[in-house]
Amino acid sequence: MSGREDTSRDDTSREDRSREDTWGSFWRRIGAMIVKEFLQLRRDKITLATMVTVPMMQLVLFGYAINTSPRDLPAVVLMQEQSDVSRSILAALQNTKYIKITEIARNEAEFDQLLKSGRVLFGIEVPAGFERAVRRGDKPAILVAADATDPVAAGGALSALGQLVQTALVHDRLIPDSGPPPFEIRNHARYNPAGSTQLNIVPGLLGTILTLTMLIFTALSVTRERERGTMESLLAMPITPLEIMLGKIAPYVIIGFFQATLIVVAGTVLFQVPIVGSMALLAALTTLFIAANLSIGYTFSTVAQNQLQAVQMAMMFFLPNMLMSGFLFPFAGMPVWAQWVSEFMPLTHYVRIVRAIMLKGATLGDLQLEAAALVGLTLLAMVIAVTRFRRTLD
Amino acid sequence: MMAAPDIVIDVHGLSKSFGNRQVVRDLSMQVKRGEIYGFLGPNGSGKTTTIRMLCGLLTPDAGSGTCLGYNILTEADKIKRRVGYMTQRFSLYEDLSVRENLEFVARIYGIVDPSGAATKAIEKLGLTQRQNQIAGTLSGGWKQRLALGACTLPDPDLLLLDEPTAGVDPKARREFWNEIHALAADGLTVLVSTHYMDEAERCHEIAYIAYGTLLVHGTVQEVIDHSALVTYTVSGQGVPKLTAELAEKPGVMVTPFGARVHVSGRDHGTLTDAIKPFRQAPDLQWEEASPSLEDVFIDLMSTAKDNFQ
Repeated sequence: MSGREDTSRDDTSREDRSREDTWGSFWRRIGAMIVKEFLQLRRDKITLATMVTVPMMQLVLFGYAINTSPRDLPAVVLMQEQSDVSRSILAALQNTKYIKITEIARNEAEFDQLLKSGRVLFGIEVPAGFERAVRRGDKPAILVAADATDPVAAGGALSALGQLVQTALVHDRLIPDSGPPPFEIRNHARYNPAGSTQLNIVPGLLGTILTLTMLIFTALSVTRERERGTMESLLAMPITPLEIMLGKIAPYVIIGFFQATLIVVAGTVLFQVPIVGSMALLAALTTLFIAANLSIGYTFSTVAQNQLQAVQMAMMFFLPNMLMSGFLFPFAGMPVWAQWVSEFMPLTHYVRIVRAIMLKGATLGDLQLEAAALVGLTLLAMVIAVTRFRRTLD
Repeated sequence: MMAAPDIVIDVHGLSKSFGNRQVVRDLSMQVKRGEIYGFLGPNGSGKTTTIRMLCGLLTPDAGSGTCLGYNILTEADKIKRRVGYMTQRFSLYEDLSVRENLEFVARIYGIVDPSGAATKAIEKLGLTQRQNQIAGTLSGGWKQRLALGACTLPDPDLLLLDEPTAGVDPKARREFWNEIHALAADGLTVLVSTHYMDEAERCHEIAYIAYGTLLVHGTVQEVIDHSALVTYTVSGQGVPKLTAELAEKPGVMVTPFGARVHVSGRDHGTLTDAIKPFRQAPDLQWEEASPSLEDVFIDLMSTAKDNFQ
């Protein structure tokens, strides 16, 4: 009796097996996989939350922050004479939306220094004897110097300035209202006279590439220990969170430095990007920048519950770095609140540093604020990481 | 006084909850120096949680005590230096070799010659041939030896072993226990959790924990005597039928041992009444026996279930 039962059971299981090769079971197995993936996703609350909030946050952030035809770019004015014409020009410049006169220079040296430090993007110089030369019909020149390390920012404003000055002088009845202008605008694209995009992009790319790789290196480091179960042994050993952190960051500083060297060499060989300033200063500040990103990545690692979350956090941080640091879009063109947000990103400071050293030949003195900001961000991230690090399995 | 207390683990009233699930309740225990202390109990009974509280990996919700003379609440750092903790799941680096893992541990503990210490440990473990093998590719038994080697390498005073022999073959288990006894003979104190009854019998003292509560402790003989169980060994053709019928009766516990069964009960009268109809059955041979540790534990567990669930 029991034997017959066994046989019939065998028959059905053989039928079951033969069904496995039909199309229906193909879809059934895919369906099983889909259901399983959704079940796992549902348990990962943080990932679910980021799916909704992150795209919205970034849309709003970038939508309001990014502006490719920026207004109110900071500028310096140097008036070598006091006359009706120069006053009229100054008034016109102060009224335009394209630039914003933030500084009045007293001499050439101050004028140059402001441009070099990056505090202004434009300098407008009206030479001595300008009014007299206009009246005599000598066609004198107004010098407009632009920081061309950021061609996007410089381009729009430069083209508008000539028309602006002429309109102002006609309006004040200082020149006749018809005929060619009795003066010329001499544009001077400083630090990048050819307006080469590569000169602008390559130094910024150095920072962008380093940001992405460094963040990922350390963002995975703690979550990996946790996921593989090695964290339990590590926590049971006499080692402190600070020691774990420094030990995990240090190797990648060396790797990051190697990577940076590679990019700089390739940049100079392939794209002929000059290094005007000090190589040693560039190396030192690049190392600092690498450390800042590694610390931030490590902080994500102590907060994230798994590797997927850690990578998501790193990407979430990377995107605003790339879009709002001044690498792709002019920093000065963003609203003030967005500029403040960007000050908390290492890349913002590094883009200024790397452009200033490579293209303008800036010294540590010119860059001390940026260097201090990088030190500050590194320490902030490290303090958060060490205090967030859970020493127990509670 | 702190240097060499005779009581190595001395904790009182330990409790721990995860969410609203209480995992350990009011647990107190003492472990003497040089002793092998077996920690028994079903899955999820709170063994791992207790061990983690002892070495500072979990903070107790209530209770206090010392481990190696150090306060478990405030001196976890000092405890970690002198305790070797072998986790239930292999937790060394699977992508490092045997030697690299051991050298890493040696360096963390500040051993002067990490390479020499690793060599010594490798020889002692019999892993010389495999010292450059990646740990992740070792078989279960070798992984477990490596894990034991790693936690004894810094020369600890106390070993906490969390189910060290789970999934390991009998020969490797036997060798493992010989090693544990050798270590204890040198003065090392060992707290080991296990599911295996034969391993429990190799311990100097055992404690049984179920539903987070320590139910009984003492030597194996003390635990058996304390249980006051009456046990019969029954064999013969009628055993399956007997098992089915007795399983319904309250106060009677039937445990199969191969072709035989152990029929036990706490109350002598109830047991005698229950088995009376079967005592004279021609196809059953009855024999009065001493209860095994397993009988005692299964009895404890069912009692505990009534009390705590």
